[in-house]
Amino acid sequence: MADVSREELLHIAKLANLNLKEEELDGYLSNLQDILNFANVVNNADTEGLGETIGENDKFNVFRKDEVKVFEDNEALLMNAKEKERNMFKIPKVIS
Amino acid sequence: MDITSLTVHELMEKLEKKEINSVEITKAYVDRINDKEKDVKAFVTTTCDDAMKRAKEIDNKKENGEKLSPYAGIPIGIKDNMCTKGVRTTCSSKMLENFISPYDATVVEKLNDEQIISLGKLNMDEFAMGASTEYSYFKKTANPWNLNTVPGGSSGGSAAAVAAELVPWALGSDTGGSIRQPASFCGVVGLKPTYGLVSRYGLVAFASSLDQIGPITKDVRDAAMLLNIIAGHDERDTTSYEAPKKDYVKALKNDVKGLKIGIPKEYFGEGINPEVKAKLEEAIETYKKLGAEVEEFSLDIATYALATYYIIACAEASSNLGRFDGIRYGYRTENFSNLKELYRNSRSEGFGPEVKRRIILGTYVLSSGYYDAYYKKAQQVRTLVKKEFDRAFEKYDVLLTPTSPTVAFEIGTRSNNPLEMYLADICTVSLNIAGLPGISIPCGVNSEGMPIGMQLIGNKFEEEKILNAAYTFEQEYKFRDKYKPDLCKK
Amino acid sequence: MSRDNYELVMGLEVHSELSTKTKIFCSCPTEFGGDPNTHTCPICMAMPGTLPVLNEKVVEYAVKAGLATNCEISRNSKNDRKNYFYPDLPKSYQISQFDKPLCEHGYIEIEDDEGNPKKVRITRIHIEEDAGKLNHSDFGGESLVDLNRAGVPLIEIVSEPDLRSSGEVDRYLKKLKSILEYIEVSDCKMQEGSFRADVNVSVRKKGASEYGTRTEMKNMNSFRAITRAIEYEADRQVDVLEDGGKIEQETLRWDDVSGKTFSMRDKEDAQDYRYFPEPDLVAIRLSQEYIDNIKANLPEMPESRRERYITDFNLTEKEARLLTASKYLSNIFEGAEKICGNAKAVANWLLSDISRILNEKEMEPSDIPFTAEHLAKLVELIEKGTISSAIGKKVVTELFENPKDPEEIIKEKGWIQISDEGAIKEVVEKIIAANPQSVADYKAGKDKAIGFLVGQAMKETKGKANPQMLNKMFIEELK
Repeated sequence: MADVSREELLHIAKLANLNLKEEELDGYLSNLQDILNFANVVNNADTEGLGETIGENDKFNVFRKDEVKVFEDNEALLMNAKEKERNMFKIPKVIS
Repeated sequence: MDITSLTVHELMEKLEKKEINSVEITKAYVDRINDKEKDVKAFVTTTCDDAMKRAKEIDNKKENGEKLSPYAGIPIGIKDNMCTKGVRTTCSSKMLENFISPYDATVVEKLNDEQIISLGKLNMDEFAMGASTEYSYFKKTANPWNLNTVPGGSSGGSAAAVAAELVPWALGSDTGGSIRQPASFCGVVGLKPTYGLVSRYGLVAFASSLDQIGPITKDVRDAAMLLNIIAGHDERDTTSYEAPKKDYVKALKNDVKGLKIGIPKEYFGEGINPEVKAKLEEAIETYKKLGAEVEEFSLDIATYALATYYIIACAEASSNLGRFDGIRYGYRTENFSNLKELYRNSRSEGFGPEVKRRIILGTYVLSSGYYDAYYKKAQQVRTLVKKEFDRAFEKYDVLLTPTSPTVAFEIGTRSNNPLEMYLADICTVSLNIAGLPGISIPCGVNSEGMPIGMQLIGNKFEEEKILNAAYTFEQEYKFRDKYKPDLCKK
Repeated sequence: MSRDNYELVMGLEVHSELSTKTKIFCSCPTEFGGDPNTHTCPICMAMPGTLPVLNEKVVEYAVKAGLATNCEISRNSKNDRKNYFYPDLPKSYQISQFDKPLCEHGYIEIEDDEGNPKKVRITRIHIEEDAGKLNHSDFGGESLVDLNRAGVPLIEIVSEPDLRSSGEVDRYLKKLKSILEYIEVSDCKMQEGSFRADVNVSVRKKGASEYGTRTEMKNMNSFRAITRAIEYEADRQVDVLEDGGKIEQETLRWDDVSGKTFSMRDKEDAQDYRYFPEPDLVAIRLSQEYIDNIKANLPEMPESRRERYITDFNLTEKEARLLTASKYLSNIFEGAEKICGNAKAVANWLLSDISRILNEKEMEPSDIPFTAEHLAKLVELIEKGTISSAIGKKVVTELFENPKDPEEIIKEKGWIQISDEGAIKEVVEKIIAANPQSVADYKAGKDKAIGFLVGQAMKETKGKANPQMLNKMFIEELK
């Protein structure tokens, strides 16, 4: 049984940068509990000695040559940004 | 001649014989969209004017004797999670309501290379998360067979548009059944290719290790043709395979004699609607009659695969959707005074509840303390699922299951219960977990006239076998001659 | 002072940008500078739908770095996602390596404070992508995001907590920098941020076996800043402990202006990076052949050059060590030696005057503006007697200001040595006449007086007279 606390849910929401409104909390909490309870069946599977499937692939070593290709349409790269200044994306002040 | 009722291969014959031109075809679809889109609501964005312009250009080129692709001038619809330069790509989300991609997805480039004409971008569940298209931010698409029911999802707009003849064919994407299940609900053909057969470059990622683009078409031959166009290695997607180019149309032999079909009995158990089961059993009899060797066997992985699916898909999604932060593109809240608020408010206001639910689940299963119990375990179960399928394909050429446990359900009747909705993916997700190809074709209708889908599963890169098996059934059963949605029924 | 009772324990995380032509996952140029957001494309801007493709040179360079630092190279490796939100990280995850880094279990050798050899263990070296940069807006209190640097390849070199003083840290970093320069995988330009070190600092009572709680210091932009930051932080930690307090594990930002460290993140934001394998990339599997091939083609390492300098050129151990500490110094040495054949003289110039000027100007050997040919020419001019060593020193100073052929310099400046017998004789006679006391001393048997007279003659000629000729002529004149 997964037992997720409200605090834990709030912590997860914070990690994901989502606000959950007070009135939404219970809904999300019970959804999460339900789904986790179901997802727990993976722990009944006999995976003794089985490796992890990483990605959906048995390919390896797919590389790119170190050759410059310039993306020409710089304007298109920036046109979706709501706030810009001097070709840079504007955000609230960050101390770095 | 009713142009929009023709398949693409029929249209191409007429184009070839110059009985028809691209403007006439495109005009017929534009008229149909103008007439029926208000009922079906399949499109997020239509590009009819541009389509007509391109059709004229193509006809002019042909008249001037230019040698064009045989597909030149055929229209198409594209699911709205594939990037198109110059036309917005919304993923049916408020988050990307006004997003214009600076580049074309590889599949879109391939369509352009063939001079196939886009009629617009098709509705879907937000970020492809859902199985009814009810989670679109913009509209709820209706199922052409009964406008009160859902078209399935997440490629519901694509399947409904093909069924309602608003487009001759369409591209969908499939992460856990998102091509096959709506194809099944809408009585059309939907093919999810082997993972790696079609480039994902430019497909807005939901779950990177599960997503695949594929065709949704009126019949199997059209599916084979569209696969011919979109399949192939792409150096921009390292997970795409370098396999020799095949002509899938050549695989359509209308012959299943000696074909070994495995029936995994667990896929016919509890939870499968009796009418669905009955139609599937009839289909099995048809295959026997056509000379296939059919055998029941046990493949007890469906529940594991489903649980694994939701862990892996949500984990990957939680990471893939991190980039929507209100800075470079996408929805940006008006309401912020610092960076944290910009992030949280943009994301909370821009994403719908189902997307948030999955981000939260995915964040949870990856978070410290839970990774091993969920994500790592799921990766191991994924190996188990693959192994079980490997064993099955040692004995059988093709596996046969229902596509969905039910037919299309009424709009608004299920979306309040996420888990119940997830459980409906039971027949389709295991293929994504194992990277296998699958096709859904209609195999009948229920007592209310709603289409029922049959899923044929192939081994990796054995699209030819399932296409031929599907084609052979289709030629025998002739679903399209028997049934047609009337777009009125409510 | 109480510091004496404590021992410093430090481990380093060094980020070094690799000098590939293109970024790690896209084909944008890695060039430093450029107008904001012009070295970008849909991939490094994290546009929806884009996918990474790994640059083969990044793997090769990281393997090189691993081999040069005595690491084991992993035959099976992969990339992982490190998830966190920050405006300079457009995907909101950094593609890095978590549990299967390319290189592990290495070491490099440095000297401890007593001058004894010491091995500093390297835990791992992994590949990852750099983040963009935040700038300040011209108006108002906003920040601006420039993604030119986003996706530039990095290796992160993590050491074990083997370092015990700021001196050791300094030597470790300089050694590491030197190695990376030797194998030509990184430019290591600290001022451009292409070589950055985070220092994990803890203190413990001398003799204690447990480590103390550590803090992680970031944002040091020079070797000097690193030393200052360590000393400051060690003092701070000891003060806290001596006052009966506890060290909090936290990330600190060094502020070079105030000379203090500041806490970077509030505790509310405890990080959980949710690492998982990157599904958009496939596994990296390196064959032994691939690794051996890189190993066979590694350039000569400083140790080997050092040995060669001692045996082939008869340099002292110290000279050889100092010259090989920097690839640039070492290359100039070898280049100049090849031309003029006078290893000792070349080494002397590099280690005395040239090193002194570098120090004064706070320059790195890589900033030396003149070439090996210039230095060789200088040595030859002195050997031939065209100029004196005194003039040589002036030429070196000039070479830093205005690097060109020393022959041209001395011509322009009129520094050619006076070797004309008539002219020398004139000077000698003048000096003898002006210094009767010294002349008398010499004649009375005080040989040293000759030195004084030669000095006076050099002064008279502003250093241009040939000192050997002066010496000879004084002795002859005073016979």
